[in-house]
Amino acid sequence: MKTRLALLLALLVAFLAPLPALAVNPDEILKDPALEQRAREISSQLRCMVCQNQSIDDSNADLARDLRILVRDRLTRGDSDSQVVDYIVSRYGEFVLLKPRFSLHTLLLWGMPAVLLIFGIIALIVFIRTRPSTRAVAVLTSDEQARIDKLLKP
Amino acid sequence: MIIEIGHYALVLALATSLLVSVLPMIGARRGDTGMMQVATTGSLMLFGLVVIAFAVLTWAYVVSDFSVMNVWENSHSLMPLIYKYSGVWGNHEGSMMLWLLILTLFSAMVAAFGRNLPETLKANVLAVQSWIATAFLIFILFTSNPFTRLNPAPAEGQDLNPVLQDLGLAVHPPLLYLGYVGFSVCFSFAIAALIEGRIDAAWARWVRPWALAAWCFLTVGIAMGSYWAYYELGWGGWWFWDPVENASFMPWLAGTALLHSALVMEKREALKIWTVLLAIMTFSLSLLGTFLVRSGVLTSVHAFATDPTRGIFILCILAFFIGGAFILFAWRAPMLKSGGLFAPISREGSLVLNNLILTVACATVLTGTLYPLALETLTGEKISVGAPFFDMTFGLLMLPLLVAVPFGPMLAWKRGDLLGALQRLYVFAAISLAAGLVFWYIHNGGPVLAIFALALGFWGMLGAVADLWNRAQFGKQKTSVAFRRLVGLPRSAFGTALAHFGLGVTVLGIFSASLYGTEAVVDLKPGATVSTGGYELTFTGMKDGAGPNYTEQRGIFTVRRGGNVIGEISSSKRLFTARRQATTESGIRTYGLSQLYVSLGDATNGGGMVVRVWWKPFITCIWGGALVMMFGGFVSLSDRRLRVGAPSRKAKPVKPAKPTRPQMEPAE
Repeated sequence: MKTRLALLLALLVAFLAPLPALAVNPDEILKDPALEQRAREISSQLRCMVCQNQSIDDSNADLARDLRILVRDRLTRGDSDSQVVDYIVSRYGEFVLLKPRFSLHTLLLWGMPAVLLIFGIIALIVFIRTRPSTRAVAVLTSDEQARIDKLLKP
Repeated sequence: MIIEIGHYALVLALATSLLVSVLPMIGARRGDTGMMQVATTGSLMLFGLVVIAFAVLTWAYVVSDFSVMNVWENSHSLMPLIYKYSGVWGNHEGSMMLWLLILTLFSAMVAAFGRNLPETLKANVLAVQSWIATAFLIFILFTSNPFTRLNPAPAEGQDLNPVLQDLGLAVHPPLLYLGYVGFSVCFSFAIAALIEGRIDAAWARWVRPWALAAWCFLTVGIAMGSYWAYYELGWGGWWFWDPVENASFMPWLAGTALLHSALVMEKREALKIWTVLLAIMTFSLSLLGTFLVRSGVLTSVHAFATDPTRGIFILCILAFFIGGAFILFAWRAPMLKSGGLFAPISREGSLVLNNLILTVACATVLTGTLYPLALETLTGEKISVGAPFFDMTFGLLMLPLLVAVPFGPMLAWKRGDLLGALQRLYVFAAISLAAGLVFWYIHNGGPVLAIFALALGFWGMLGAVADLWNRAQFGKQKTSVAFRRLVGLPRSAFGTALAHFGLGVTVLGIFSASLYGTEAVVDLKPGATVSTGGYELTFTGMKDGAGPNYTEQRGIFTVRRGGNVIGEISSSKRLFTARRQATTESGIRTYGLSQLYVSLGDATNGGGMVVRVWWKPFITCIWGGALVMMFGGFVSLSDRRLRVGAPSRKAKPVKPAKPTRPQMEPAE
């Protein structure tokens, strides 16, 4: 842990250089590929709060790096995915989630597609029902039929 | 002096634009031909004046006249010439000028080529176009004047943002704006139709070429933007659901819906009100896209200028055009009589389904983009809506659409036969599934759902083939006859098939790259090797270099496959001297349809470099598919029907349904 911290500090110094770094750095990657995969998936759902619309997995900001390391730290301690996310949310708030949780406040957000789709379908059904369909038009009165019959007779 | 000529031309343009906004409309009301003709000459003159202003601004950039504030802020004398040209629109003021230039270009085209439009319609359309131009001219002249001078003139400019010093800037914004602004013509036609109170199939035929052209440009503009972000930003993503990307994507979704509903209107005179509404919505979303990022309410990588006074002005423009259009729509639309009847299972029905899904998808993107803003304003609570949300909701909505696309063209107008369409398609469906299975097997499996995802891409492509196959009656006629039939098909049939094929290609690219892409993030010392996706990259070393206005460190990699050297990739980090800003130039090599992508990170303590390598199978399909879609659009545009047939005198609108209403009476 100590050597890692030293490395971290060294890297932080390197970060002060004006060149951009990449998102996930080799020294962050966990030895266990399964655990690393989980870390990546969690990272892609968390927002880098000092960036514009980037996940911490994509961002090279220092804060994103801290969060990535935090996620990995929790995972190596044996937290489940949802425990890690809960922990991060408890520290940084709902803002950190790129996919907001379903709640009263996000009801409209999550409900919008479904509501519109259902509304659209209902509107379509009403539209079709209230309009005479192509089938209903072609009924002739008996008088008309008689005239046609007369005309068609050789 | 020359700068002042440009400035003056812009002021004259405002005066002209005001005249064209008012006179032709009064003329159309009174049946005064002379006044209506102001529209044609005025629109051409307006275009000429804006061209002068734009040319002057370009000249200022080319000669690096730093006495112009805009040039000083965004240019540098050492910048390569091409970026001096493209730098004109690489900033807020200049991009507004480009917008205006394209807007007036479209007006001028309507004025020049719209000879066979009914006089009043043409006058009204051009007047509405001029309202838009007026709003933009006022905005430019009063809040974003590109001709503001500096005294004394600085000796050197501040350089263009390095990220923008790329060929992408030369291509992406003009194409995108051609798309955005192209929809302004549809909008103007819709408003003119609402003002005149009548609308028919001929209207749809006039509008469709504009919608189609705008759609083509927007498609390729978005695709180019995506590719630019992909290679420039250096983390291998190609779509970020960034507010600005969404802002360009929403008009595309609405425009795609418009294209399809205008088809129904043209052929069957149905869906009139809906088509008008879509035309209004599409351009409203374009305006929103242009302005949302400039108003300062949203932050994004694209945000040019965030100045509160501009913000208020922008919101006023948005409110006027969008609000005004919807009020006019609400007042006038009920007077439009709807036409042709159709059964739910029919070509019309399938196009209605297309419209339903596309508009809901568009609304979803809109909600997701604006929701955090609205929620924060109303409750103070901050939330984020990002890629995972959009991937899920948008993806779910698109699935049924992608499955349904091949069915649409198989159904007949008025009343279709779903069973018959199924019979014609099941072989193609089976082939798609088999292709998905083969693809899955070659790429070492993965989740079983991947087979269906990949098959969906093939389904899109093969569905388009099936459409042509069926129209040419292969299998029913002798092959030679079918071939002759195929050659004889109208170009619009090929256009449709190509566009749908392109959609399938894009879908395949998206799924393939996201399901089977691999990556390696390593600390690499010179001489060491990293392998991913079956390729081995050996890091040869770093080289220092310099460009006209930057210095760079270039990492060179030798690429091997199966032990044989097959090429070299170099990826660099550039430091732009004027702004002390760095960019990454990712190294990309294309093998077949797939790409190897290398991006450099920092130097590490042990003398190595952090290197990120991605293998992205079939990723070029994403943009290639968009190009095919655009190509399909242009093929369709070249169809005889749209070129000469439609806007003939014979196609003159029939009498309005109830000519007794005074305000509905045509002015002539």
